[in-house]
This record gives sequence, C-alpha cells and structure tokens, in this order.
Amino acid sequence: MIRFDRVSKRYPPGLDALSDLSFEVAEREMAIVSGHSGAGKSTLLKLIAAVEKPTGGAVLVGGQNVGGLARSALPYLRRRIGMVFQDQKLLFDRSVFENVLLPLSIAGFPPRDAAQRVRAALDKVGLATREKALPIMLSGGEQQRLAIARAVVGRPNLLLADEPTAHLDRDTAADVARIFHQFHDVGVTILIATYAGELFPGARRLRLDHGKLMA
Amino acid sequence: MKAWVVGHRDAALLALRRLAGAPVNSLLSLLAIGVALTLPAGGQMLVANALHLAGTTSAVPQISVFMAASAERRAASEIESRLGKYGGVKQVQFLPREETLARMKGNPGLRDVIEALPGNPFPDAFIVTATDDRPEAMEKLAQEFRQWPKVEHVQLDSAWVRRLDALLKLGRTATILLGTLLGVGLIAISFGSIRMQILMHRAEIEVSQLLGATDGFIRRPFLYYGVLLGLGGGIVAWLLVGAATWWLRAPLGELARLYDLSLVLHTLDARDSSLLLGFAGCLGWTGATISLRQHLQPL
Repeated sequence: MIRFDRVSKRYPPGLDALSDLSFEVAEREMAIVSGHSGAGKSTLLKLIAAVEKPTGGAVLVGGQNVGGLARSALPYLRRRIGMVFQDQKLLFDRSVFENVLLPLSIAGFPPRDAAQRVRAALDKVGLATREKALPIMLSGGEQQRLAIARAVVGRPNLLLADEPTAHLDRDTAADVARIFHQFHDVGVTILIATYAGELFPGARRLRLDHGKLMA
Repeated sequence: MKAWVVGHRDAALLALRRLAGAPVNSLLSLLAIGVALTLPAGGQMLVANALHLAGTTSAVPQISVFMAASAERRAASEIESRLGKYGGVKQVQFLPREETLARMKGNPGLRDVIEALPGNPFPDAFIVTATDDRPEAMEKLAQEFRQWPKVEHVQLDSAWVRRLDALLKLGRTATILLGTLLGVGLIAISFGSIRMQILMHRAEIEVSQLLGATDGFIRRPFLYYGVLLGLGGGIVAWLLVGAATWWLRAPLGELARLYDLSLVLHTLDARDSSLLLGFAGCLGWTGATISLRQHLQPL
C-alpha cells in the first residue's frame, strides 16, 4: 500500500527532516511511527498525502508515485486517504454534522447518501447524539473522535493519523486507540505517528531518529 | 450533473451566508459599489431620455432644394421625377412658386411687400426627406443635389440635428468613461473584499485542500461572493437611479413645459437594467477572480 524508496526530505537552508528512508506498509496492515519530537514523523505523513514533495527517492501509494503527481491530480489522491491531523483542523463555525459532511461534499456525494454516511460515521465514533453541536461544545476526546469520523466518512482504504492521542487523558486515549483498531479490523490500512505506541498493541513499529529509520 | 448543481447551489448559499454573517461590512460594500455605479447608470438614463426626446420631436431633418428663378416648370418636373427615383430619398414634396407666393401673401406682415414686387420672386422648390437622417448622410445627399442642372440652392436643415447628435455622443462617451473608471473601482472593492474573505477562511481552505478539494471547489464560494457583491451593488444603483428619476420628474416636467416641450423622465428600461445588473455581476466576478489568483495558495 505504502512504499518509501530511499526517500529524503530536506528543508531550506539544509535541514534534513528525512534521510534515505526505505520501508513498506502492506495493505490492511497497521503500523505506528514513533520517535522524538522533530524525528520526522509528521513529515513522513505529509509526504504520503503529497502535502510535501520528497527531495530524493520515491513515495508510492497504491503503486502511484505521489511525489510526481500533477497538482490537478492531488485532490483525487487525498480523497482516497483519510487523515487525522495533529491539531485536528476542525471547522469551529460548523456543526459536528457539517464537519463530517465536508469530505463528502468535496467528493460530490448526493446529499441523501452523504447524510446517511455521516450518521454512520458519527455512530461509529460514538457521536451520533451530538451531530448538531459545534466542535467548541465537545470535550477533547470527542473532538478527536470527530476528527476520526471526518477521516473515515469517505471510507478510505488508507488512514493516516498524526498524534491522535496527544493531549488526551489515558482513558480517552485508549478509547480513541480502540476506534483505530476497529477500522483496522475491517481492513483499513493504518499508519499512525505517535508517542504512545503502547496504545496500539499488535501494530508494526517503525522508529525514526533524526530522520533515519532505526532497526 | 446533479452533484454539479448541488455543488453550485451549496457554494452560492455559503456565499450568501458569509454576506449575511457580516451585515455591516456587506452593507457598506454594497453601498460603495451602488453609489459608484449610480453615476454611469444615471448618465445612461439621461442619454436614453434625450434620445427619446429627440425621437419624439416633430421636426424631422429635411433638405430644401430651390430651382433657379429662370427654370421652367418642365425642368422642375424633371428634378421631381429624378428625386423620386433617387436612392436615399424617402419623400419629396413639391412647392410650386405660385403656391409659395399665395402663402406669403396670406401673411399680413408680408402681403404689402410682396404685392409691391413686379413679379413672383419665388422659385419652385422641393422639400426632401431622406431615408437616413444622420447628418453625414444628409450632407452627402445635399452635395449631390447641388450638382444637378437648374438647381440654384440647396439648404440643409441639419444644424440642430448635428448639435443634438454631438451632445448625445458626448453624453454616451462620458457615460462609457464613467462606467469604465467606476467599473475599475468596483473590481478593486470586490478584490479587497475577497482578500478579506480568504484571510478569514484560511483554515477552512487549508482543511478542504487536505481533504481533496479541487481548486474549483475552493474558489466557487468566493466567486459567488464576488458576483453577489456586484449584483447587490447593481441593485442599489438601480434603486438610486429610480429614486432620482422619481424625484426629478416633476421639476423637470415643469421646466420642459416652459419651453413648450412634453417631457416625462423615464427610469432605466428593461434592457438597460439588465445591462447594469449583468455588468455589475461580471465586475464583481472579475475582482474575485483576480483576488483568488493573487491570494489563494496551493497546498
């Protein structure tokens, strides 16, 4: 599903975020990327979603070299990937329902189908009764679950998550981790950048140190 | 197709929501655009009224063709026949010299002078109405008639037509000039408003890009916002011109009556109103397009 082939990423004025990185994540696999702050975890996820381009090597998603995609092709790649961002990126002037609806509106889903899918996704993360609330009215854990619902509502076959349990208490973090396991159980490929590797037992571990993959 | 329509409907509704979400800002922008558009729209209204007045005035520009005093009736008949067949001549009225003399004698102020003359001093004459009454076309016809045999004098009654035409041309040019200048102003207002909107919705734009939104999806609500801003300004201008017309109608009618003219000031007709609204909407869209090109960053 994901293949990094000698990937490097250098930011001006010469800071190496990733160096000569090679690994694969198979279809339906769940993997976590751990490492200290600044190790390159977020950069790695950004390369997969083509938010950044590698300065060397190739990043392949589903056999497609995403670094070489034309700008006009990027939206269609990103629609196939569900993303949970470190800062969640929720729209605070829109309701819970509207936040989850956004990816489907972007993809041009018919309104009735979209509404059904949104309700199913909210149900899955335990927010079915909060669809009219604004995100500001939700707790930290609920906001994180809302971010997950938005990531999975388009039923992507690849789910990326950047520190999805950061700033959550232990129980809430465990709840969130359980949701990821549920999606993995139904065949979604998952790659999570996290400090809290212990929350994802059974997942393959990739450890980054100063942009390099450790054994 | 349905998704495309729904996408546009949602973008238009979102743009409306954003306009309504900042009512004071939106109202001030609409007023600024409306007042700016009122000047060219008002100019167009005045030109249209002047054209209407010129069109309803009974005096139609004509050419008077006078035969030589020595010309016989047969020569006049030949000229009459030639005029009748001449391309560009709509109507010919023959004025025999005897009829002219009789009409002059009917004028009490002139009767004594006319009777004191030894003979009939008036020549046979023709009043010619042209198919094309533009000054340059009338002048060309007159030049032709001057070359004809036994024609002594050709008088072109077009001085006032030329003056009116020149005034209307000036009015039209001023309207176009004002429209262009203030149109650029409208583009600038739309540009600034869209820039503000982009800054206000920066987070939403970024999230949409990350979730797979195309450039078209992201630009659409902003383009609708620009069009609505222009269109709203156009409606304000239309209302202002209508109010000014209503306000000026009575005093202008009073003034016209003093000059023995029948003048009713009309507001913009359906064609000019549609043009105003279309023009305003297009300018709003143009400002939004330029602003998006300038300020929307790819991700």
